[in-house]
Amino acid sequence: METIPLSYYLLLSGFLFVCGVLGFLIKRNIITIFMSIELMLNGVNLSFVAFAAQLHQLSGQVFVFFVMVVAAAEAAVGLAIIIAVYRTRETLNVDQMNLLKL
Amino acid sequence: MRTENQELRTEMLHLLLFLFFGVICVAGAVNLLAQSHPINSALSLIVVMASLAGEYLLLGAEFVAAVQVIVYAGAIMVLFVFVIMLLNAGAEERTRGSRVAILLGVPGVLIGAVLIAWTLLYRANTPLVAIGAEHGGPYRIAMLLFGQFLLPFEITSVLILIAIMGAVVLASRPDAVAKRHETETKAMPELVGAGKEH
Repeated sequence: METIPLSYYLLLSGFLFVCGVLGFLIKRNIITIFMSIELMLNGVNLSFVAFAAQLHQLSGQVFVFFVMVVAAAEAAVGLAIIIAVYRTRETLNVDQMNLLKL
Repeated sequence: MRTENQELRTEMLHLLLFLFFGVICVAGAVNLLAQSHPINSALSLIVVMASLAGEYLLLGAEFVAAVQVIVYAGAIMVLFVFVIMLLNAGAEERTRGSRVAILLGVPGVLIGAVLIAWTLLYRANTPLVAIGAEHGGPYRIAMLLFGQFLLPFEITSVLILIAIMGAVVLASRPDAVAKRHETETKAMPELVGAGKEH
């Protein structure tokens, strides 16, 4: 069989997740923080598909679709929130968004 | 009958393709963090998603790969780029908060990453995966999605509906809505009056 270890895929997935966490922490632009969350979700999707291949269970691939749906819903609502926040505060920097009330 | 030599060659090819897509993926993820302008970050995220589709193809998940390109790299990222353009987002500025986040966040995340890598490489003893190990064509995915996972699928549609309504309500201008409501109520009596004359 033409094979490579499962851990390679999991390492790539973990690296993507860690990059997402790091971006979430160090980025100050709220849109980039949002993109870091998408990066984390992508890392998780890769491990879902890798385990689906290793365990010969197709359910792992079906779960990727649910993650994608949640990501799409989150992106739509989150970007609408960003637009609403920008309208009242005129900034995208999270350091200046420390109050719920204006 | 395949010879040993041929098998070795496909194994090399699998590893090479994995490394090819993996290196592009890692480069895109690092570039996302390194860039200060959000549009550059968005474009490198598209690169990450497209190369992940290649990894999915290597694992045999062809339908997931297609949906990844269409939905993720297509629809969701268009939404992101659209919002970046709409808000005219410029390069982010470095503040005191960002320096604190870098000082505390980078070491903590690095320790976590090294722990994950060490566990996966030396402790986990993971098995081998063949190229295209679990073939996920549209037929088999659909049989699962509309059979075993029918209830989650239906609940997902409710979630999407709520998200659509939430996005419309959040992104609409409250003052514009109020103004239109005002003009509509003002116009109504005139219309009724005009109708009576005829």
